Parts: sequence; structure tokens; C-alpha cells
Amino acid sequence: MSSLILRAGTRLLAPMMLLFSVFLLWRGHNLPGGGFIGGLVATSAIALQGIAFGPASMRRTLVFAPATIAGAGVLIATFAALPAALAGLPFFTGLWLKLDLGDGAVLPLSTPLLFDIGVYFTVIGGVCALIAALEEEPALEDQDMGG
Amino acid sequence: MIGGWLAAFVLIAPMVSAGATTLAHATPRLQARLSLVGAFVLLAVSVALLVVVLRDGMVVLQSGNWAAPFGITFAVDNLGAVMTVIAAITGAACLTFGLGETGEAERRAWFHPLSHVLLVGVCGAFLTGDLFNLYVWFEVMLIASFGLMTVGGTKAQIDGAVKYVALNLVATLIFLLAIALIYGLTGTLNFADIARSVPAVSNVGLLTAAATLLMAAFGMKAAVFPLFFWLPAAYHTPLVSVSAVFAGLLTKVGVYALIRAFTLLFTHDPEWTHTLLLWVAGLTMVTGVLGAAAQSEMRRILSWHIISQIGYMVMGLALATPLGLIGSVFYLVHHIIVKANLFLIAGVAARLTGSMELKRIGGLYRSAPWLGVLFFIPAFSLAGFPPLSGFWAKLVLVRAALEIGSWWIAAAALVTGLLTIYSMTKIWAEAFWKPHPAGEAAARPLAEAPAAMLAPIAALAAGTVVIGLFAQPFYVVAEGAAQQLLDPASYIAAVLGGAR
Repeated sequence: MSSLILRAGTRLLAPMMLLFSVFLLWRGHNLPGGGFIGGLVATSAIALQGIAFGPASMRRTLVFAPATIAGAGVLIATFAALPAALAGLPFFTGLWLKLDLGDGAVLPLSTPLLFDIGVYFTVIGGVCALIAALEEEPALEDQDMGG
Repeated sequence: MIGGWLAAFVLIAPMVSAGATTLAHATPRLQARLSLVGAFVLLAVSVALLVVVLRDGMVVLQSGNWAAPFGITFAVDNLGAVMTVIAAITGAACLTFGLGETGEAERRAWFHPLSHVLLVGVCGAFLTGDLFNLYVWFEVMLIASFGLMTVGGTKAQIDGAVKYVALNLVATLIFLLAIALIYGLTGTLNFADIARSVPAVSNVGLLTAAATLLMAAFGMKAAVFPLFFWLPAAYHTPLVSVSAVFAGLLTKVGVYALIRAFTLLFTHDPEWTHTLLLWVAGLTMVTGVLGAAAQSEMRRILSWHIISQIGYMVMGLALATPLGLIGSVFYLVHHIIVKANLFLIAGVAARLTGSMELKRIGGLYRSAPWLGVLFFIPAFSLAGFPPLSGFWAKLVLVRAALEIGSWWIAAAALVTGLLTIYSMTKIWAEAFWKPHPAGEAAARPLAEAPAAMLAPIAALAAGTVVIGLFAQPFYVVAEGAAQQLLDPASYIAAVLGGAR
């Protein structure tokens, strides 16, 4: 699809959607949001890019192959279950690292957040792989050109 | 603590393998190696877990350090640990076989990552101590199996997969309905907590209805009479290594869930539930074996035999005596190894002769006599010939039936065994004995099959012989599992009375 309005709108919308997805991911531990929904919002931004500028630009935006992103996400999420072993606690026990930023501000980093980040990437990679497969479909295009 | 982490690693290992093989998607050789290493790591971890469970008793893992019944509990008894080991063995065997069978196209269709996701789901279902979590593992398993069924992308595969998806979704809906009813009645979904709350439920009629719904849902997954029709429609279409994993493991997860539900959770009305199970078991055995007799394609014959064999496992559960449950557990172990192996052998036979269709093949005994030997072991074990593993499994079950005077189910079991020999003889006579219809040269020698396909077959056949000749230690483990199953109080105490 080649539409000036869509392309101009995408330039404006896609970055905001990506930012919003990170916001959802960040607040998701205790408030509505999280890695899954954040990942879906990010994917819709990337899919919008794909619709406006074509599948090739979608791949450029992703930098890595969708499969690589999904695989890394699964590994990150699984890794989040492991630090509990070092603390002598059961599988998947949430652990917090509270960084003191001075002036009483504390940045809490946790294994649930790491898990959510893993889910975030798994969703982006997985859904983008599906979208890419549907958008590109090389075998069918060849047939169309031949027929 | 060690046991808890071992149980966790049974899930982490295939999860990491799935992630790693996905990352290595662009480098085929590395991906195959990672996949195989992952399968054997899972095998090692699950054997270690079994050793710990046999030595120290039940392993309970409260994930996230949330005490039961609030968090997700994993509770591993003998049965769960044994099933995990068998799942790992099947996974390793079929992935090795897959190296010889799959090419570039299958690899690109995510054969390796999906196989490991399937193993995550199967192992999770064996380890979990929570009804809703069990549902989640069923879904993980199903999503992976939907993908695996269509690896190859032929019309028949997609047709089989659509039937499989549609019918399994119905089972899933029934399962969810049962979960909702049980949650409404008992206020909990933790196995141990449900088992503790069931005697106090006042609306016994509704409870029995929920139990029956659960039986239908698990029964559909296990392919028992009259809910088996999806299985023969789907199992002959996928890759051989995929259908061998399915044949070995997927229906058995349903049987496992039935055993768990009707020993631990719902023993309040055995007059209804266990009598129903006994009828279902008998009819499943007989219809399965009769269905097989009517088929002439190797994998279709074997698929129908899965159904008839499921009947035996449910029979032991329905008898609900110690000997009956020992028989069920023994049968599960024996059956998974034998059935996966028969599918793999059918794959090699088809590779050497060009077809799965018995009419179009033959001459294998002349061209590949050793394949005949490898076929003979699981085939006659399936039929229950001494001294192979199937003989002991059937002996225990028939004795269990006779002990409580259920003559008709014992008779059904014996007749089914006899008819199984008929089917196995048919495969033998058609594929091995008669000359190949396209001339003698059309049946290739065994040396033309890749070693990666033959090694797992030989290993599984050796396993069958070992279980047959040295049945005693396996019987002792099965006996331990049956004792635990018949003692829900100690399961409840292990889960709710303080974590280890």
C-alpha cells in the first residue's frame, strides 16, 4: 500500500507507540501492563511501519531477524528464573536489586522485570515472524508473476 | 532444595534448547547439534530427578517461593519422575532420528525449536501439582504440536492438523469448563488442596459432573472410546519423527492426567467414575484393535493400536487396586518405548521400500533382515509375548482384573492381545515376507538408511528387551509409584505441610 497520509502518520505514530510500549513494560510489574502487552504494542508499531513502507523496511527496523529476537527473548526470560538459585531460594523467586541514586531516589531492578523484558522480546520476535511470513510469502508471489 | 531445582531444570533445559535452536536458526549444523545436546541434557537431568525422588521421596517445588495453595506448585512423585525420564528418552530418540529424516525445508519450518517446546509442555504436565497449570502445559504442548504436524506443508498434513486442532480445542473447552466448576466448588486449583477439600463439598452431584467433564477432556486427549476419532485422522500424516513423539507421548499425557485425577482428586464416587472408566477401557481396547485390523497402511495400523493400548492403561486405573495401578504404570513405560519405536521402524521401512502402504511394499526380510529383527522385538512386545516388556505389563493387569473378579475385562484384554498379534503378523507378512510388487531390487538394503535413523531404533529395542528380561527393578519402581498414588494423604502432606 502506498499512501502519503499513512506514511506521514506512521512517521509520527510509530516512535510514540514504541515509547509507549516501553512505558507499559516498565510499569507492568504492579500496574496494568507488562511484557506481553508491551510487546504487542511495539509489534503494532513495527507492523504499521511494514504496512506503510513495505516488509523490507520492517526488517530494517528490527535490525535482527525476528527469529533471533524471539530466541533471545526466550533465553532472557528463562535466565530470570535462575538468580534465585544463588540466593538459595526456589525456582522463579523474585529478587530485587535496589540501586540508590542519591537524594533518596531508589531504582528497583528485579528478576520479574528481566522476565518481562524476555517476554517483550519473545512477543516482538514471534509476532513479527508471523507478520513477515504473511506479508512476504515468496512462493506465492513467484506463482503470481509466472501466471 | 536440590530436588526442587532439578525439577525446575527439567523445564529449564528444553526451554533453553528451544531458545538456543531458535537463535541458531540460520546455521543448520549448529542448530542440529544444540538440539541434540539439549535433548541429552534433558535426559540427564530427568534421570537425576528420578534418582532423587526414588531415594528421598516426593520432591515439592513451590515456584517463586509462594506457599501452596497460593503459588504454582510442582510436585514430583515416582510416577511423575518416571514419566519425565521416558519423555526425555523419547525426545532424544526422535530428535536423533530426525537428523536422518529432516532436510533444509523441515529445519526452516522450525522442527527443532518446536520439538523442544513440545518437550517443555509434556514435562511440565508430568511435574505440575496444579490443575490450571496443567491446562497451561497442555496448551504449550498443543501449540507446539499444531506446528509440528504441518512441518512439511503437504495437503494431507494440513488436513490432518485442522482436524486435530478443531477436536483438541473442544477438549480444551471441556477442560476449562471442568476447571471452572471445580474452582467454584472447592475454591482452589492446587491438586493437594482440591483433594483435601473434596470430602467437604456438599453438592456431590455437581462435583461428580465436574469429575466426569474432566474425564471427558482427558479422555479425548488420551484417545479413549468413544472420543478417539481425531487420532487415526491425524497421526499418519506428519514426519515420522514427529508422529513417533506424538504416538509415544501425547496420548500418554492424557492417561497420566486421568491417573492423577482419579487417584488423587476424585475418589469420592468410584461406583460411578471408576465403573465408567472400566467400561471405557474395555471398549477402547476392543474398538482400537478391530480398527487396526481393517487398515492397510503401516502408520494407520499403529495409530489404531495406540488406541487399543490406551485401554489397558485406563483398565489398571479403573480397577483402582494396587496391582492394577502397578500394571498401568508399567504399561505406560513399556508402551511409550515400544510405540515410538514401531513408528520409527515404519519410517525406515517406508524409506527402504518407498511407501507406508502395505500393498505397495514388500521384500524387506530379504533385503534388510536386521530390520526384521528390530521390528520383531517391539511388535511382539506390543502383542505381549514373553519375555518381552509387554508380557509383564499384560500379566500384571490381567492378574489384577482376575483378583477382583472382573472376568470380562480380563477376557477383553486377552482377546485384544491375540488380535494385536494378527495386525503385527499382517505387517510382517506384507512388508517383510512377501516379495516387493515392483521387483526384488525395489526393496533397498538396510545400509541405505542413515545411521542416525537406525541408532535410536536399536537403542529403544534394547530398552524393550532389558525391561523384559530384568523386569524386577522396573516393577519395584512401578510398585512404589502405585503405593504413592493410592495414598493421597501423603501427597497432600508433602505439598501443604511445608515445602522442601
